[in-house]
Amino acid sequence: MGDTEDGIKLKKTVFVTVGTTCFDALVRAVDTREVKDELLKRGYTHLIIQMGRGSYTPTKSGGDDGSLAVDFFTFSSSIADHLRSASLVISHAVYDYIHFWDHGAGSGSIFETLRLGKPLIVVVNEDLMDNHQSELAEELAERKHLYCARPQTLNQTIAAMNLESLLPYPPGNAIPVAKLINRFLGFPDD
Amino acid sequence: MGLKFEIVKILLYSEMEKGNGEVSITFAIVSLTLMLFRVLYVIYWSGKPLRTEAPGALSTLIILGSGGHTAEMINLLLVLQKERFSPRFYIAAATDNMSLQKARTLENNLVDENGVKEVQTARFMQIYRSREVGQSYFTSVWTTLVAMAHALWLMTKIRPQVILCNGPGTCVPLCAIAFFFKVVGVRWSSVFYVESIARVRRLSLSGLLLYKLRIADQFFVQWPQLQRQYPRAHYVGCLM
Repeated sequence: MGDTEDGIKLKKTVFVTVGTTCFDALVRAVDTREVKDELLKRGYTHLIIQMGRGSYTPTKSGGDDGSLAVDFFTFSSSIADHLRSASLVISHAVYDYIHFWDHGAGSGSIFETLRLGKPLIVVVNEDLMDNHQSELAEELAERKHLYCARPQTLNQTIAAMNLESLLPYPPGNAIPVAKLINRFLGFPDD
Repeated sequence: MGLKFEIVKILLYSEMEKGNGEVSITFAIVSLTLMLFRVLYVIYWSGKPLRTEAPGALSTLIILGSGGHTAEMINLLLVLQKERFSPRFYIAAATDNMSLQKARTLENNLVDENGVKEVQTARFMQIYRSREVGQSYFTSVWTTLVAMAHALWLMTKIRPQVILCNGPGTCVPLCAIAFFFKVVGVRWSSVFYVESIARVRRLSLSGLLLYKLRIADQFFVQWPQLQRQYPRAHYVGCLM
């Protein structure tokens, strides 16, 4: 992507989602000058923030003066559509068990984004102590399926990321479990 | 301590006076030993394959854990041969309507695929949870008792041959009752537990309990690191 021939920038949207959690630190982070500048440098034109139950309200912007266009909402039933139309997704890290299906069919989760093949930065909420949330994000980052950041290092992650180096996430496969269960119970392999 | 000892002594003497004290003590020791052996026997045979010839259809209890847990379970159910695991009983927490709805959709799709309206091979039930998030510990004593009684009632009705579960909490009492059924000889069931994909370095509390107490016959993990830490577990790759 990038500039078209007549110099009009293509729409490149960053979608930020906190699910049903309360994650003001992330909303605040994406609302900072540093993060917005890095996103602009990377060629993104629009920033849409799903801010959930948080109380911090980001500043809206039309993006006419060459800056990033910013919009936000609390909840939506069409998270999946926002994910689909995004060029980059920045998401909370909680593998959200309780509210997994709150956003309609999609879970709005890490896995939904990965399955759509969207570049993803997962941001760990450090206010949630004694939470195993970062385990999964860090493991997936180590396997190069996504980037893992903290709210205060988000701008550095955006500056340093190389989306070309991300590897597609292979779809889940339950056949190995099913095979072992069948074998244990004495059913023949087919 | 001293008082207790006195009471025991008095009790013993009164028993002896009746002339059957030694008999009852011997009886108690023998029955305790037998019970212990039965428990050890069950633990020994748990985790070992049941038969060599192919079994018929097995009644299966599927415990839906809510949210991501349910999503992972449904991914597993999609690849299991339904005619082998039949009839199927689904249990979800009373506060979790979404999970049963997902299971119903899955079962309805099966009926559609097969063309014919099959005889009811799936049943859906809800179970009281012992403790909701934020509930006080005082009232949770009572609700735990109610939940245990409810779990026992459901398990007595279902008496499944296979239990599929993947946490969280809800599955622990049900699996404990399944173990109890094995000990007393009501029903020998095979318990399969799949730890969540979100657990990379440490097991969840439910997983840890079922692993350590050897209640799960087969224990699956989705990351190799966990398998190295818990050698009796099987590494199966990711379900999501």
